Amino acid sequence: MSNVTLKINGQAVTVDAPSDMPLLWALRDKLDLTGTKYSCGIGVCGSCTVLVNGVPMRSCVMPAVSMAGMEITTIEGLDPSGEHPVQKAWNEEDVPQCGYCQAGQILTATALLRQNPNPSDADIDSAMTGVLCRCGTYPRIRKAIKRAASYAAEAGGES
Amino acid sequence: MRPAEQFTNIDRRSFLKVSLLASGALMIGCGRLDPEQVNEAEKSTWIPNLYVRIDTDGMITIVSKNPEAGQGVKTAFPMVVAECLNVDWKNVSVEQAPLDDRYGRQVIGGSRGTPDGWDDLRVAGTAACHLLIAAAAEEWGVSTDECHAESGAVVHEASGRSVRYESLLETAAGLPVPDIADLDLKSQPADFTLLGTFVPGVDNLKILTGQPLFGCDTRLDGMLYAVFEKCPTFEGKVRDANVEEIRRLPGVTHAFVVNGTDDPGGLRSGVAIVASTWWEASSARKRLRINWDTSQSDASADYEQQAEALRQESGEVLGSVGDVDKALDSANKIVESSYYYPFVAHANMEPQNCTALYHESGQLELWAPTQNPKSGRALISETLGIPEDKIHVNLARIGGGFGRRLRNEFMAEAAWIAREIRRPVQLQWTREDDVRHDYYRPAAWHHFKAGVDDAGRMIAFDHHFITFGANGETVSGADLSPKHYPAGLVPNFRLRQSLIEINVPTGPWRSPGHSAYCWPYQSFFDEVALATGRDPLEFRLDLLSRSYGETQIDRQRASDTLKLAAAKAGWGTRELDANRGLGIAFHYDHGGYVAYVAEVAADGSFIKVEKVFAAVDVGPVINLSGAKNQVEGGFVDGLSTANLEITFANGAVQQSNFSDYELLRIGQAPEIECHFIQSDNRPSGLGEPPLAPAAPAVTNAIFAATGTRIRELPFSRSGISV
Repeated sequence: MSNVTLKINGQAVTVDAPSDMPLLWALRDKLDLTGTKYSCGIGVCGSCTVLVNGVPMRSCVMPAVSMAGMEITTIEGLDPSGEHPVQKAWNEEDVPQCGYCQAGQILTATALLRQNPNPSDADIDSAMTGVLCRCGTYPRIRKAIKRAASYAAEAGGES
Repeated sequence: MRPAEQFTNIDRRSFLKVSLLASGALMIGCGRLDPEQVNEAEKSTWIPNLYVRIDTDGMITIVSKNPEAGQGVKTAFPMVVAECLNVDWKNVSVEQAPLDDRYGRQVIGGSRGTPDGWDDLRVAGTAACHLLIAAAAEEWGVSTDECHAESGAVVHEASGRSVRYESLLETAAGLPVPDIADLDLKSQPADFTLLGTFVPGVDNLKILTGQPLFGCDTRLDGMLYAVFEKCPTFEGKVRDANVEEIRRLPGVTHAFVVNGTDDPGGLRSGVAIVASTWWEASSARKRLRINWDTSQSDASADYEQQAEALRQESGEVLGSVGDVDKALDSANKIVESSYYYPFVAHANMEPQNCTALYHESGQLELWAPTQNPKSGRALISETLGIPEDKIHVNLARIGGGFGRRLRNEFMAEAAWIAREIRRPVQLQWTREDDVRHDYYRPAAWHHFKAGVDDAGRMIAFDHHFITFGANGETVSGADLSPKHYPAGLVPNFRLRQSLIEINVPTGPWRSPGHSAYCWPYQSFFDEVALATGRDPLEFRLDLLSRSYGETQIDRQRASDTLKLAAAKAGWGTRELDANRGLGIAFHYDHGGYVAYVAEVAADGSFIKVEKVFAAVDVGPVINLSGAKNQVEGGFVDGLSTANLEITFANGAVQQSNFSDYELLRIGQAPEIECHFIQSDNRPSGLGEPPLAPAAPAVTNAIFAATGTRIRELPFSRSGISV
């Protein structure tokens, strides 16, 4: 077991975790932050995506102890009131069906819009290709990202 | 004041019950009784299966009895109540009910939620509205005819008076319960203001902010985490395992062998490992050494050879109309073709899990993402010997159902482990567990032979269906009805069936049966049409223009959806580049009619499905957003699944995770344009109907673009990449 201090959603938290424990399980089982979801465990489906220093990363394959000092954003930290432009757009386009993969979709889309405030369909497909949805919400994900881009533009480019 | 609870009934089945709660809230219950059971004693103890509560602050709550797996029922049902009660949608909230026998059927399956709930929901909402209008009229001393309801208030226009519902609750509770026969239920799209509009899901805020909602989000004080290893080969059993060594590993609290039962849908033999975190349980599992008894496993899996041998036989005739052999002899042209589709898995994004707490009193409490909680409770009762009334099941939102969670062995596993360790425990399967221990949609072979007369009409249809069985009966999900389309549309029709014995677990998979066999039918009809020089749309419409005996489908509704999808796609009128093609397909199942035209672009063997034109008739649309979501998702799911395959070797599944069972990714998903025919039929469900015609629309379009007829799935078997 190793003690590691993680910076999650702006707060420093110390976790006592096995040295090989992925961030996903530190979040879920040590910190009860269950918004980040397990689905494949091998980094291919994107359900467990979190932002690490603003970059979407697969928390199911990254040891928690290697994350010390990095800014980790989980879905709980995006905007707890759901007013972030991506969350708003996701609700207004009513993207979720079962909803299980959506934390990974939303955080990946948030990172995309920070990099590219006005993405094309091809940009969206390229950025979002790593996050699977079994319900088939992909057409709405494209629409929601474009809607979120328009909100961010109205708000002066902040996303 | 009258007694707090009163009854009225109309057809000896529908009942209403009105109560005033201690809080001052008005509760309206509605539901049905089995006509066989209606007597005074039943009435006196009967409890409604649907509740609508109006609180003193004007908020409306409805209890949603069915589990929610993304099919949208948790949003659609309260919309119906709000529509009929004339309240603002923002004042309506939804409570998820636990499993409770008083609610009647609590199952996600068969797209039955909407058609089953439609009457009760409207009756409850409308009756409540009538009561509140009557209460206002009484207080004002005017006739109810002079009053109407809008936005949660009763209005008397003549005097300009208006009163909020919440001020009328006590008066309303004292009035006679309206007779259901007198209620004017809204039923047509023209009557609706809320229904048919685009309403986002009621759980969206929780989903978008990551609040606990799903089964695996359950957290209990002192809870431990479990994994359960079962034999990779079906029917394998544990002889012994190194559980003492496992118990000494970091974080592990328990490790033990579970003998299990012989029920293929129940608790199977395996080893449970419990630890303080799931990661520690999972890490310990990698050190597990199990000596398996695989003597009962079937390692052959030579299904293709068996199917080829059976093809030479005539099979059992399941249904026959006219004289197929004679008609084939007299036909002007014979078209023959064979199709194969593989086994597929459900692959819900949320792997199976269940949280269980065994109380020393003998009570068992569970938090389960299950489509069929009642059967889960029965399974646990039978497996653990705990009476059903001591088992309480809380319904968690389900991270994808698709039929997988109609089986509940994961609940029995969690319950067994919880009782063994006497601690709250969450069992979480790995993705590998999920892919290898599913109830697969069965593969099948379809051999078709059609006879066409000199006018180009299909006069004979002979179909040899080779599927899977056990002890001479088709296994779950492997059956095909002889009444299915095109039965009744062809004067000479025969369905023959041959069975391959199998011990692979199989089960219902979204739009069971239909999701598989629509593809060969709709592909073959294209082949027959094109072989006789006819347009695939015109051929299908012609087929629907005549009937021979009983048909399951409404031919007009089927034709209308086909025509609408074709018109929207510019079928027959739009010029396409040489590498592009349109494909059409339609299907009827679970009460819904869906037609697709898919537009594809080919770049060699690489196919891009660019656009889909959908026409759907499920009667009046309740939630436009939920309905479109099901159509878009159904198409994507159908396309995704046509790319997938589960195979077996040495008695075990060869695939293990999304790395070798690759769901469709966003770049492969087309734009989907969805058109509803809001017919005045009763509304039917949409979880299942949009799936089946997706694959044939695409393969027919691939043929139009490339000349390659796909007769085997997944696409890769035909050298196509989508």
